[in-house]
Amino acid sequence: MSLAARHLEGLGLPTLCLGSALDILESGTPPRAVFVDYPLGHSAGKPFDRADQDRVVRAALRAFDTIREPGAVVRLESRWQGDEGWRASAAATRGADTRMPRDTSPQYQNEDDRRLAEAAQQ
Amino acid sequence: MDSHDQPVRYIEAITRRYASLGYAPYRWYVAEEPPAFAPLEKPLARSRLGLLTTSGCYVAGQVAYHYKDDTSIRRIPIDTAAERLRFAHITENYLESARRDPECLVPLAALRRLRDEGAIGSLAGEAISCMGGVYSQRRVREELIPQIEGVFKQQAVDVALLVPM
Repeated sequence: MSLAARHLEGLGLPTLCLGSALDILESGTPPRAVFVDYPLGHSAGKPFDRADQDRVVRAALRAFDTIREPGAVVRLESRWQGDEGWRASAAATRGADTRMPRDTSPQYQNEDDRRLAEAAQQ
Repeated sequence: MDSHDQPVRYIEAITRRYASLGYAPYRWYVAEEPPAFAPLEKPLARSRLGLLTTSGCYVAGQVAYHYKDDTSIRRIPIDTAAERLRFAHITENYLESARRDPECLVPLAALRRLRDEGAIGSLAGEAISCMGGVYSQRRVREELIPQIEGVFKQQAVDVALLVPM
């Protein structure tokens, strides 16, 4: 993501990254970044919470106007619902590898998708 | 604010987790130079915005991503109903919410609302989607990024919002 942002910006296209892993954003240093302190997988707000999703995206886009320093990361005011247990599990230094096997066939979310896509290809 | 309120240090945690399993470390991109910086040429309210999601999102009916350095892209019509958005990403464990409510990860509806109220001038007709878990930085540079660049150019966007997982 940071690689893409930096490349596009170099072509003259202003970019903004909206992510929820602060250290990965800081490491990749995209031109403009907004950090939302939610568990990974919720970069655009809380699920089933339209007001929060609007708030996050609206606040993120404001950074197009406010960031003047290349590589700056704006931290959004945001708090995950009550349960902070997610931080401990996300930061665990022991545990199973949660990545999926590196399979080269399409990984459909469900079998209906597979049938639809295969029918469309014929 | 105590340490339990601090942002999670993913790189350190995941590096240590893989090491404890005897796996090779994942190599996150580390920038060695400051980024380029292109100022906006006009206010957002008069700009055309493009969206890139690296969440592995696809639309029902499209071919899903595979898990081994898939550098292909999908085009997601900006008006796609959330019910038709699907996900395939090598770190599936982070998709639990998005598979119930895709808008928490791919903000098509939020962007449409911001456009409708005038905060954004216009939206590119299609969001660009890819599967962010590509291990080869060379393939990201040589295969993935040129496709993204090509679509954004074709769409004549003025600014791009990039939303990783």
